[in-house]
Amino acid sequence: MTIRCFSRTLRRMREPVSRREALGRIAKASAVLGAAAAISRLRFDPGGLGLSEVGGDRQVRSFAGPPGPASAPVLAIAKSSTEPAVLVRRAIEALGGMKRFVSNGDVVAVKPNIGWDRMPVHAANTNPLVVAEVVRLAFDAGARRVVVTDASCNEPNRCFQRSGIWRTAHDLGATVILPAAHRFREVRMKGDVLDVWPIYTPLVNADKVINVPVAKHHNLSKYTAAMKNWYGLLGGRRNRLHQNIDVSIADLATFMRPTLTVVDATRVLMRNGPQGGNIDDAIDLHQVIASTDQVAADAYGCTLIGQKPENIGYLKLGHERRIGVMHWEELPHVEV
Amino acid sequence: MLPDDAPDLPSPIPWLGRTGPVPAIDTLSPAPGTRGGTANHAQGHAGSRSHDARGGPGATASRREPRRLPLLGVHGGPGRVSAAHVPGGAPVAVSGAAVAARGVASKKARPKRKRPGSGIPARKVIRGLVWARRLAQAGFFGLFSFFLFNTAFRGTFSASADSPVRLPWPVEGFLLADPFVAAMTLLSTHAVYRGLAWSLVVLGLTLLFGRVFCGWICPFGTLHHFFAWVFPSRYVRGKARVEANHTQGWQRAKYYLMLAFLASALVGSAIGGLFDPICVAVRAIGLGVLPALQYLGIRGAGVAAETNVRALQTASDGSQDYLARTVWTSSQAYFHQTWLIAFLLIAILFMNRFIPRFWCRALCPLGAFLGVLSRFALFGMEKDHSKCTDCNLCLVHCQGADSPQGGVKHRQDECHMCLNCESACPEDVIKFRFLPNRRGTTSAPDLERRTVLASAAAGAVAIPGLRIAGWPDKGYSEKVIRPPGAVEEREFLERCIRCAECMKVCPNNALHPAFFEAGVEGLWTPILIPRIGYCEYSCVLCGQVCPTGAIQKITEKQKMGIGQKPVAIGTAMYDQGRCLPWAMGTPCIVCEEFCPTSPKAIWAEEVEVPKRDDHYSTQGEQPKMLTVKLKRPHVDPSLCIGCGACEKVCPIVDKPAVYVTSAGETRSKTNVILLENTSYGRT
Repeated sequence: MTIRCFSRTLRRMREPVSRREALGRIAKASAVLGAAAAISRLRFDPGGLGLSEVGGDRQVRSFAGPPGPASAPVLAIAKSSTEPAVLVRRAIEALGGMKRFVSNGDVVAVKPNIGWDRMPVHAANTNPLVVAEVVRLAFDAGARRVVVTDASCNEPNRCFQRSGIWRTAHDLGATVILPAAHRFREVRMKGDVLDVWPIYTPLVNADKVINVPVAKHHNLSKYTAAMKNWYGLLGGRRNRLHQNIDVSIADLATFMRPTLTVVDATRVLMRNGPQGGNIDDAIDLHQVIASTDQVAADAYGCTLIGQKPENIGYLKLGHERRIGVMHWEELPHVEV
Repeated sequence: MLPDDAPDLPSPIPWLGRTGPVPAIDTLSPAPGTRGGTANHAQGHAGSRSHDARGGPGATASRREPRRLPLLGVHGGPGRVSAAHVPGGAPVAVSGAAVAARGVASKKARPKRKRPGSGIPARKVIRGLVWARRLAQAGFFGLFSFFLFNTAFRGTFSASADSPVRLPWPVEGFLLADPFVAAMTLLSTHAVYRGLAWSLVVLGLTLLFGRVFCGWICPFGTLHHFFAWVFPSRYVRGKARVEANHTQGWQRAKYYLMLAFLASALVGSAIGGLFDPICVAVRAIGLGVLPALQYLGIRGAGVAAETNVRALQTASDGSQDYLARTVWTSSQAYFHQTWLIAFLLIAILFMNRFIPRFWCRALCPLGAFLGVLSRFALFGMEKDHSKCTDCNLCLVHCQGADSPQGGVKHRQDECHMCLNCESACPEDVIKFRFLPNRRGTTSAPDLERRTVLASAAAGAVAIPGLRIAGWPDKGYSEKVIRPPGAVEEREFLERCIRCAECMKVCPNNALHPAFFEAGVEGLWTPILIPRIGYCEYSCVLCGQVCPTGAIQKITEKQKMGIGQKPVAIGTAMYDQGRCLPWAMGTPCIVCEEFCPTSPKAIWAEEVEVPKRDDHYSTQGEQPKMLTVKLKRPHVDPSLCIGCGACEKVCPIVDKPAVYVTSAGETRSKTNVILLENTSYGRT
């Protein structure tokens, strides 16, 4: 067979080609050359390492609503009940109600702390009842869709299930999204230590963002709640951040400005943070803090575990960067 | 096979001593009103397998040339094939006519396909059963895949926070029903572990119906069945397929392998799991094929994300979510050194190109085990040799290479009970029935006594031979961190069948098939590689899916040590030369943050240490010396459970500054660090 084909080719080689065929072949060759040239022009890679200069203005994703009435407090501390739901309602009511923050038809991202494979009693994650009440209020205020999500530290399925948040949020009709590789996109934050990082998209693809952290002890930064909760916005290897934990928290809080912050201090981990694991490590404080100022919320919160805002690095940085006000006593605040 | 010089006449049937003309097989007679067939006709018909070995060599010849003809542009020309098969010119006409007849038949409104030979139709019940078998194969393969996909914890919104995390399906079901696994572990541990009692079902089925497991149930067998149909479609067909489906001597290999493995089990190693078909399927598909598909999927999602077309991104996100919740999990799975596992799967599937179902015929120890048992089967084949016309249709469709054809004894031990032979037989030769007469059947495997003894001896000697090398009696490997709840190493090797269920289910991708870390004998047994994933503190899923009890079914309370001693799988150690606070004056202690025990096994000492200022000037002055406050981590070995969370999160990724070794594992009485009962932090 091969020989036969070959001999035919040989025979053909001796025949002259027609003008038509010659033109056709030239046209085809030119087309291929042209296409190759076009591709290399369009997709030309100039090389280099692609490193760009760090610096420039820090990026901000602000979800802040319009300023409330002048009489509205910035910080509301609810401590008049033992029911988490009641506390949440009263605190948000004191700020002017959820309608001030959520408009009809909004997509609302609710960001609890679902970082650890711990049960509600361990107080390492946000209390599911607090999350539930925030979700309910958001729906009542007219939210079209409420997304509840977090990028967990431990295995996400376990964290979401055992924190109790998956079930409570799902029962209320919220969309619970579990972190997966395809949900992270690289974003330039231009922070002092956080420049280019993968960002968890469900938290930023929303009209309004409500931060619902849990107040707890942290071994490195002493106390964490609202500002540190944005660690859950990051993918990649977050373990490097601890080398400069205060600046990285400040960078994140600079980048991410939520509509509202609702700190769960119903049960607070006093030691062994941020994971806990021992029921005795946590005590019931029955408080919920609502604020439009994440720095002030943390500044008040840290007093709950016996810390002073001046001793907490990231609060000072947040204050200096004018993300919020560290001296919460000087702000208009109410206790309800 | 028909002799080439008498294409028109069926051959004499030698074992009856009968010669002379027999009524011609009707398809071979020229169809009326047709001319020589064309290549197109032949092509149009090439896919139909059931006609393959119909009749004479002319048909074979015309069928073997199909797609090449148009390329050559010559019909019936110099094709080597037809020249070889058709001596003289005459039969070309026959073949042409036959082809044309078929071509016409397939073109017209499909008149009832005519069966060759005497055209006696197969019994209705058999035709029904063949379809039932196909459905069963598809169904069981589907079930196997479903179980395999669900050998992963995905969480659910319906579970409350304090309900223990368990899998909703008996995902290890196929392994529990595997009598070879049960037999091996019975010999090695002298006990039948829990769910392995299900293997009695398959045992009972085999005693009733023979190797129905192989032909109807086995997902790995179905895979080979499928590939034996797809791979050789253009190569092993017709005559070649008939040749390939003859019983071969090397089919005995599987019996010898099985014997060797059973002998090894008797000596104390369930190493036969390396060849058990269910283990191979779970291991190769679960650790190789699925992660590879996931890799492609994620790569595709990345490309979709780059396009910046919103609709495409949404669609890709949606499909990724769906796949992550049904087929794989939300993060890419990696498995240590699985290239060999994947390569062997591909190789063994590729063998189907040359010998259909090579694995099932030559290597499968479970098939051999069931083959031995099938000699007692009550259901089987009865053959009437005198009616056989040697058309070989049964052989074309045979799965087990068990000699269904006339003139030789049927090999019941090799038969997969697929019933293809009776369905294909156009004469009244093959009958499957209860309590068949055994005149045409051999039911015991045809083995050589010396080889039997030799292979059993080899299996028995292999294990001490491997263990003299050190593992596990003398050599400890710091890398062999067994899953939580694993039994002591010698007992572990008696039980572990390398099925990879534990590795597949591990939610953190922490368990991996050992390569040679645990010696040659420990190939593909589970080890924990904290660098890739750590052991989730309250997770006990590996024990839940372990079919043989190599990993015991412990509860969360037992594992975490609530009111008792926790299960430790190793101990963390610091490499102070690499640790940031220890060696570089830089704050870190992520390890302490992630340490899941309470009180934490990692504790930090606050120190003030000198550190050179990194903002020194270039003026030639010495940089300033600063004092930095640091927390330096330490491990409390009495509290450490060796979960490896610290190693996983250590920011020094290539060679972590804190690492876990197997020392101090609860299951061992010798690989320990501390004197017993010195535990001061525990109740």
